[in-house]
Parts: sequence; C-alpha cells; structure tokens
Amino acid sequence: MVENSFDKIANIDEALSQINDGATIMFGGFGGIGSPPTIIEGMINKNVQNLTLIGNDTGFPNIGIGKLVSRGHASKLIVSHIGSNPVAGQLMTEGKLQIEFSPQGTLAERIRAGGVGLGGVLIDVGIDNDIVSNGKEKIVVDGKEYLLELPLTADVSIVYAKKSDPFGNLIFDKSARNMNPLVAMAGKYTIAEVEEIVPLSELDPEQIITPGIYVDMIVQSKGVNWKWVWE
Amino acid sequence: MGLGIDVRNRIARRAAQEIKNGMIVNLGIGIPSLVPNHLSEKLHVMIHAENGVLGIGPSPMKKNEDANLCNAAGYPVTIIKGSSYFDSSIAFGMIRRGYIDITILGSLQVSESGDLANWIVPGKRIPGMGGAMELAQKAKKVIVLMNHLDKSGNSKIVKTCTLPLTSKGCVDLIITDMAVIKVENDGLYLIEVMSPYTTKDVINNTNVELKLSDSISKIY
Repeated sequence: MVENSFDKIANIDEALSQINDGATIMFGGFGGIGSPPTIIEGMINKNVQNLTLIGNDTGFPNIGIGKLVSRGHASKLIVSHIGSNPVAGQLMTEGKLQIEFSPQGTLAERIRAGGVGLGGVLIDVGIDNDIVSNGKEKIVVDGKEYLLELPLTADVSIVYAKKSDPFGNLIFDKSARNMNPLVAMAGKYTIAEVEEIVPLSELDPEQIITPGIYVDMIVQSKGVNWKWVWE
Repeated sequence: MGLGIDVRNRIARRAAQEIKNGMIVNLGIGIPSLVPNHLSEKLHVMIHAENGVLGIGPSPMKKNEDANLCNAAGYPVTIIKGSSYFDSSIAFGMIRRGYIDITILGSLQVSESGDLANWIVPGKRIPGMGGAMELAQKAKKVIVLMNHLDKSGNSKIVKTCTLPLTSKGCVDLIITDMAVIKVENDGLYLIEVMSPYTTKDVINNTNVELKLSDSISKIY
C-alpha cells in the first residue's frame, strides 16, 4: 500500500463528488486514447447533466469522452473535431448541443495559456478563414497580423496517466499523453486517473512530465472499459 | 464512389515519390495513410502525427496493437528508431514553426489557385477542422490526394471552391485517380496522366483550364 502522504489519493466516489451538474470539465485524450475511462464511466452513472466539455475531440460514440457526449450529458463543447462521433454532429444539428470549434493547435495553446496564467495567445492560423476569425480581435506585431485567442480553464480537469506518485507527479504512456499535460495545468481542480500509483521517489524526477503541483486528486484506474474502433 | 485498393495504392505510390531522405512528413487519414507502404526502406523519414508522435512506423501485427500508441485517426501504429513522444502543444508548435516538409491530405475541392476546402459540407457534415488548418497553412509543401470526380461525377478541381475554405492558396500538388497536377502561380499544370486515362480524358473531366507541361508522362 502506497502511503497517502499528501492526502491526494482518493476513491472514485470522492472524485465524482467534485463533478456536478453545469460544470465546465476539461478532459485529456485524442480519439479516446488517453481519456480517463473510470471517471467517464462514473460521470455517466452519476448522471451529471448540462456539462461544458473542453478537449481535443469527441472520441467515438462509445469510446472516450464520446460516451458522455452521445448520451446527452453535455450541453456545450469546445473542441477541434467531432468527425469520429456522428452522434455529436446529430445533436448539434438538432440544436441540443452547442459546439465551438478551435483549430487543434490553437485549442492546445488556449488550454496551455489557461494553465500557465497567460491572458491569451497570438496565432495566425485561420486568420483568412471567416469562421475561425469571426469576432476575434486582431493584433499586429512587427507588421504581421494575428488573432487574439483567449485562454481556457475549467472547474475540473480530468486526465489519464500511466503512473502517479502520492504528490501527483505524472508520467504518461506514448501517444496517450496528447492533451493531458496541458489539461492537467488548466483545471481549477485536477483529477488524475492513473494506471499505477507508486511510492514517492520511485519516479525519476527527470522523467516527470506533469509536476504534482497541478494535481489535486489521484484515483486508481479500473482500466479501459470500451472496445477500440480498430478491434 | 470509392476507389479500388489498386487505384488507392497507385495514388499513394505516386505521393511517396515526393518524399526525400531526411524529410518530416505528416499524413492525413484515408489514402495518405497508405503512403508509408510505398517508401523505400533506404529512406530515413520521420512521420509526424499531431497526437504527439514523431517517427511513426508500419501498422503492428494483429494482437500486437498498443491502444496507447496510435496515429491521429485513432488507429494503432508502431514507432521507428529515433522516434519521440510529446504533448499536443509541441506537436502543433512543430507544425506552426514550419518543420513539416510535406503534408499529404485528402480534400473535397481544390481551386485553380490552390485553395483547399476539406473541412465542412454546410448542412451535411460539420466534423470540425481538427489540425487541418495548421497543416495546410504551415507545411512547406501540401499534397492533396483525392478522387478526380465527386460522387455525382463533378470535377473536384474547380475555378473557385464552393465549399468553405480550410486555407487559401496552400496546395502545391494534386494527385488523383486520373492525373498529377501541379499548382503554379499562373495556374494548374497537368504533368502526369494515370493509365488508362488520356490527357483528353483529364481535360474533359476537369472544370478548370489545365496548362499542359512539356512532357506529360503516363503512370501505370
């Protein structure tokens, strides 16, 4: 048993008590890979409603955050892509789901900006595109025009990592890292679901990707409970 | 109207010829994902994926898939020697900073001036742009692989895109099941024709004036 030195290691019910109706939830994951399965399942069982979800994409209808979206738990999304989840598109068309699209790299920087205390970022991606540039302030620096993209934060961030120590220092696994380190920083309260909790000092400080300062709660993952799209 | 695997592979094989030693290449989903199958093993190429991998290798054997090692389409991949993992902000930092030598992607329409429309069909399909805008706007070379004609038999190469643009004037080369067409400042140049089509077939099936390059070669 790993010593709970910082009182951050908790069970799934304690984690879910932080996630309530109407909350803004930021999630890690890309096509479902690197999204926290146990927390998502818990949110469905708790039947939280009217969520604003911020993250890369809507996964697939039964994979990743897509499970919450396709079951109607969200009322608004800020994402870069919903193409792999036709249910999300259908809900949007029916007016049941409001969606704000950001180019993927811009979304990553907006989340990062929220996580590191910046007031915004200047990006020229999509500046010629009416849909992307609509309503955004333009700022000229050194003769070059940029869009002012605003930072994003969330009431609760949920991330998935390979290992955590009791302080919440995290390491990730391969491409399951994706948005997770950025999302971890941008939550007012961050819950990390991890494959393994190891004792303090077991993680090499040189290899830690997310320092534990950003993690408020650690829960043990029960593992992925969905079938991957390629299976 | 889907394309047979032979035709898809022929398009992918032609695209692979654009890739030179030492290049950093990003591949979209669909036909672009077949391109690595046609790369010479002697080439040292780093394939970049926007979900945070540089150095993607071939698909794994069945049962050897790793759910935490996938490409940007969510399908399992392997890695090659010298590969690295990073988060999404770094993945896109590499793109915005101009480190991608070639991006190979699919499209709904391409205009005479190289405008790319590949992200929404109003009223029908609104998938979102994902990473397409960064790649189209910032890669050094943008290659589009697509059917020459849409499902109704209309040319996907058009004077002006009627679908919402992903990025203006970004496309350098178009490879279809009928032809290879280069986008230059003064218009579109037909440089190669795919068998069994003829130059005349390509001209008749393209909605824009094609300039004929000095020697048009045939691809079999």
